[in-house]
Amino acid sequence: MTGTSASQPSYLDVTKGLFSWIFTLDHKRIGLLYLYTVGSFFLVGVILGVIMRLELFNPGADIIEAQTYNQVFTLHGVIMVFLFIIPSIPAVFGNFFLPIMLGTDDVAFPRINLMSWWLYVIGAIFALGTLIFGDGPADTGWTFYAPYSVKTGTNVSMTVLAAFVLGFSSILTGLNFIVTIHRLRAPGMGFNDMPLFSWALYATSWIQLLATPIIGITLLMILAERVLGIGLFDPAIGGDPILYQHLFWIYSHPAVYIMALPAMGIVSEIIPTFSQRTIFGYKAIAYSSMGIALVGYFVWGHHMFTSGMSGPSAWIFSLLTFFVAIPTSIKVFNWLATLYKGSIDIEVPLLYALAFIFNFLIGGLTGLVVGALAADVHLHDTYFVVGHFHYVMLGGTGFAFIGGLHYWFPKMWGKMYNKAVAKLAFAIIFIGLNILYFPMLILGVMGMPRRYYDYLPEFHTLNQVSTVGSWIMVTGLIIMLVNLFIAHRKGKKAPDNPWNGITLEWQTKSPPPLYNFDKMPKLAKGGPYNYPNAKNS
Amino acid sequence: MNASNFVEGVDLSLYVILGISVFFLIAITFVMIYFLFKYRKKNNPVATNIPHNTLLEIVWTVIPTILVLIMFWYGWIGYKPMLTAPSDAMEIEAVGQMWKWTFKYPDGKVSDSLVIPIDKPVKLNLKSIDVLHSLYIPAFRIKRDVVPGQDFMMWFTGQKLGTYDIFCAEYCGQLHSYMLSSCTVVSEDDYNNWLTSGPNLSNEHPGLTLLKTNACLSCHSRDGSRIIGPSFKGLIGRQEVIIRDGNREEIIVDEEYIAGKIKNPNTSEVETYQAGLMASYGDILSDDDIKNIIDYISTL
Repeated sequence: MTGTSASQPSYLDVTKGLFSWIFTLDHKRIGLLYLYTVGSFFLVGVILGVIMRLELFNPGADIIEAQTYNQVFTLHGVIMVFLFIIPSIPAVFGNFFLPIMLGTDDVAFPRINLMSWWLYVIGAIFALGTLIFGDGPADTGWTFYAPYSVKTGTNVSMTVLAAFVLGFSSILTGLNFIVTIHRLRAPGMGFNDMPLFSWALYATSWIQLLATPIIGITLLMILAERVLGIGLFDPAIGGDPILYQHLFWIYSHPAVYIMALPAMGIVSEIIPTFSQRTIFGYKAIAYSSMGIALVGYFVWGHHMFTSGMSGPSAWIFSLLTFFVAIPTSIKVFNWLATLYKGSIDIEVPLLYALAFIFNFLIGGLTGLVVGALAADVHLHDTYFVVGHFHYVMLGGTGFAFIGGLHYWFPKMWGKMYNKAVAKLAFAIIFIGLNILYFPMLILGVMGMPRRYYDYLPEFHTLNQVSTVGSWIMVTGLIIMLVNLFIAHRKGKKAPDNPWNGITLEWQTKSPPPLYNFDKMPKLAKGGPYNYPNAKNS
Repeated sequence: MNASNFVEGVDLSLYVILGISVFFLIAITFVMIYFLFKYRKKNNPVATNIPHNTLLEIVWTVIPTILVLIMFWYGWIGYKPMLTAPSDAMEIEAVGQMWKWTFKYPDGKVSDSLVIPIDKPVKLNLKSIDVLHSLYIPAFRIKRDVVPGQDFMMWFTGQKLGTYDIFCAEYCGQLHSYMLSSCTVVSEDDYNNWLTSGPNLSNEHPGLTLLKTNACLSCHSRDGSRIIGPSFKGLIGRQEVIIRDGNREEIIVDEEYIAGKIKNPNTSEVETYQAGLMASYGDILSDDDIKNIIDYISTL
């Protein structure tokens, strides 16, 4: 904590010019750098997604060739996973708000923080470089399954190198947050006085730190096989393709919780604020994040029930998978109970948070379906899985991200957006999302495999419905973005605490000063969400 | 009657989980919307802080635990019988390669679609020549990855006459979505007739038959058009630029070159084509087969 001076300039005004941004050590500016880059890649990913949906509007070849389609879905996956959703909430809102919520002036290692953004940029350049260098972007799917990824002539090497570099960005962010949470909490703030978003980031950071190195090594093994011909995964030269799948999912399943836990953290912030009461079951929510992070390490095998697994490993992985549902459902019940006897203000962020719960329920419950061995044999690698994880990723994490953006927008820029337009955009996105992804669940039950460029006539109608959904959703996204852009340019000045929140970020100015606080923030008595105006039960 | 013996177990697990899920989805959404209106600011201006309630928390931990154990159980009992095929099952070899399924029957019959007798357990021994594939029969609720270098199997009993789609469910490259076949369940008599009907006795060149059964034509056209690899049309005697050990060489394609490429496809590559996708056919095709193929190619 610094900031004894009466009035510091806002972090936006303190210096000007491009270099003051791209070499900044201020966690808030780094958060915004991430927002602009991550947000741009989200839009690129959306465009690729729309191209796929257009191609699938009718069976047969329509707008692109089969090979292009395969490259498009691979690039869509790589961008959405590695460049958007993994960094999204931690790197944007974590960077911006974790230090403020802890009552400190920056993360523990500001230079490493800047370096992780630069690594992100380098990784992104590698990922996009495949468009220019080599024989085109990878056509393997984002999973890079061997031995196809070893044999194909497309530029897999550069793509895995991109993911490798991005992994370091993720590891460094995790490391930074763990040390920040341990060492830089405001005086008097114990672990159990931290806001739940910090808890979620804490759990996430451990996964980033401990799981990401495994994907790094695995991707290097792919490179070693492609470039040096070392037989690791391709049986034609003595390798084992199942080994690759294990190594890949040992990271990539925990990575699902890198994507989901911070989203749950945002929802745990939004719901008490707009209910104006304390969160129900603070400790249950905080510790269930750690529980999910821990159990999440031991369930990777559920991606491989049909790819060659003994009976005992199958049932053990299936059983462990079901245990993840328990801490997750506890969180949902806690959020629901937080609405009980609240004094609820139906604002835009709350709508996104509640829609998160609805979408995440569909995503999570369909996850239970594919976690069950028998059902998974039928549904694995079908559109059911595509629908399932898009409900979790976009309907869940994406909605939490957009909700967080609307929640903290007035704090980040000191401006307020048009709430009516924001609500309209929310409604369109929510409807579009469900029309886009729900038909995929049905297509999967009907047996349509995923990563299909062309399909049989019986799948036609639902594919058309899904494509129409993508148009609706994109319309909503455009309205949302334009609304926020206008607000950023000439929105009304926002008060310091527009939502009457009590976590520490609402005690400082909007936008915050360079070192976050002009005067020492006061911790709420009796827990971070103990609203003084609410009755006590 | 269900299409296969596994439909019941798979669908049961699906319905049990979907049933519980739909109940919770509706119940939670309803409660959420109810609270939203009941406790909105206008109706409830002062909130109440309720930090927790131990009894309630125990209840909503124990009930989901029991429910997920039930879901797990139905998943496991539907899956367990898939692991071991009955000893009297009829064995058929199912070969996946880019982008074709081939079914080899014990008495030597080879077919690109699966025909099986009704009510008889069938065990498919799964082989892949190149990359991962996954044999998926949605109507039978059954799927198994076909992994190169591994001897996996799947089994099922067709219980209803009819023809059912076979898909490749594991992404395997450019024409993945065209790697289709079918499984036809027929009566015992029809099956025996089909089995003894013998190979198609047309005037087809044996080399062409080999090109078809080994999926060569997935990548190499017969009419000069470019697919994945160079066309067979006019191949012998054609001047090509190849890359061998990083060096550009001009060669005239001859019979020896073609035979060498069939056995070791990735030692060199024709310029502008991708290396690495083709598997070696040295162990699959005999020297006579290769001779027949070259003889056929020379007619194009």
